Amino acid sequence: MVEMVSRPYATAFEKYAVAHPEVLCLSADLTSSCEVDGFRDRHPDQFLSLGMAEQNMMSFAGGLGLAGYRPFIHTFGVFMYRRPYDQLMASVAYPRRKVRLMGFLPGVTTPGGMTHQSIEDISVMRSIPNMTILETGDATEVESICEAADSIDGPVWCRVLRGSVPRLFDTPIKVGEMRELSDGTDVLVVTSGICTEEAMRARAAFAKAGLSIRHLHLHTIKPFDSSALLDHIASVKHGVVTLENHVVDGGIGSLVAETMAEAGIGKRLVRLGLKDTYAHGGSRPYLMRFYGLDALALVGGIEEIMGQEFGITEAHLDAARVDDVHSLVKAEAL
Amino acid sequence: YALVAYATLIEVGRLAPEGLEMFNKDGSSVEMIGAEHSPGMEVHNGTLGIGLSTGSGLAWGRKRRGESGNTWVFMSDGEVQEGQTWEAVQACAHHGIDNLKAIMDVNRQQCDGAMDSVMKVGDIAEKFRIFGAHCVEIDGHDISAMRDAAQEKHDGKPLIILANTSPYHTMNILQERFPRLHYVRFKSEDERARMNVSIAADLGIDPIDYVH
Repeated sequence: MVEMVSRPYATAFEKYAVAHPEVLCLSADLTSSCEVDGFRDRHPDQFLSLGMAEQNMMSFAGGLGLAGYRPFIHTFGVFMYRRPYDQLMASVAYPRRKVRLMGFLPGVTTPGGMTHQSIEDISVMRSIPNMTILETGDATEVESICEAADSIDGPVWCRVLRGSVPRLFDTPIKVGEMRELSDGTDVLVVTSGICTEEAMRARAAFAKAGLSIRHLHLHTIKPFDSSALLDHIASVKHGVVTLENHVVDGGIGSLVAETMAEAGIGKRLVRLGLKDTYAHGGSRPYLMRFYGLDALALVGGIEEIMGQEFGITEAHLDAARVDDVHSLVKAEAL
Repeated sequence: YALVAYATLIEVGRLAPEGLEMFNKDGSSVEMIGAEHSPGMEVHNGTLGIGLSTGSGLAWGRKRRGESGNTWVFMSDGEVQEGQTWEAVQACAHHGIDNLKAIMDVNRQQCDGAMDSVMKVGDIAEKFRIFGAHCVEIDGHDISAMRDAAQEKHDGKPLIILANTSPYHTMNILQERFPRLHYVRFKSEDERARMNVSIAADLGIDPIDYVH
């Protein structure tokens, strides 16, 4: 049974910020939802409430960067780029301020529906000059995201998991690298964020079906080490499947496709994720099943690459974790 | 455009006069609008509406560091049409940011013409006061009034100086173009010659010899 860690960000941010006085904690009326309410109460001098006014917050953070601080902005990811996109560009990315953009509730990890789900943020951030993109997939990565982000000379976009988070890895994020979780030779599976746990659920079933799966987990999406990816692609016989909590256009599916095209790789690629659609509100397992972001969707993708069915059903997959929408480790559903 | 900023840099000895020869030339950093690689631009204030927020963050940060100076923001009256300006004043009031001073060129003009015809903004001073700034109004062509305004006490609040200006001050012939005074270009050689003579007379100087 996988170890579950309660509110890893809350603990990790406080520890990091206390040791680094140039770090400031900014919040936009979602302080407890982003697990920094305890920090606010214990370290009010290092905390800035900027209210429900994200455009001002983004440029204000740029000004703080100019004054030599490293602001960590806490809000839901979706509120940090859609409305204040111009401010993100003009006040943060263009002048290369050391602003750490802590985006909570990535993709379908919120039941809040379209207004709350950041489903195209990676696509947007990948095209912004000077931007670094990190995504957490487990508690260890959440615990190390502050130090990883703060090591970058420029703005950093982070997809952060909150609440009860599984521990899948035992080493911290090393910016620019990727995790090789299995070293098979038939199909390469590339995942990020919560989709990595989904791919791991299918591992035993694939092995039983005689499939040799090479599995990579990406915590660093930009900058990206394409030579490492190409080595992995060269190590498999049949092709590549990507699985992400994001639209496939512009996300890691596109990243892998671009890498393969530029290197002239003639292998099959199946990109799994949200396909040119907004998502409804709903529980995370429901949404991941409905939109094809879960372990079963990955089975389908691998079957497409291999051109055969393996008879793997939900019963053959390791149990999915089912989180309560309302639980003690989350302030509220949203 | 940034031409006035470059001219000011020359007047205060921070840019060589030859710099203007590079204005708006390909490959030059003396760009038409400019950005943070352009002379004198430590931080840019366009897209319009972002500047007061940037200044607020900088001022808050400098105060927290115990630095004594003020942060100055140059603004235009059109920026009060942007919601972000009001978010910034609200944040300054909430956090008691009083080492921030802004001077706004209130000429009631914007790209499309007179502001009142594009989007009425009402009583700007009263709106700033209600949002939590200390706001004073001056004649923007009166330098001593501007100096006095900069000395206003504004404990716990930002100071915003509304500098009422006339876009054709000392250039009466430009009234011919009212109310479209955001973009002014000579329409003909004849007009250029007339304006040269008229503006020189207003300024009490000889007309410029611009034939090269």
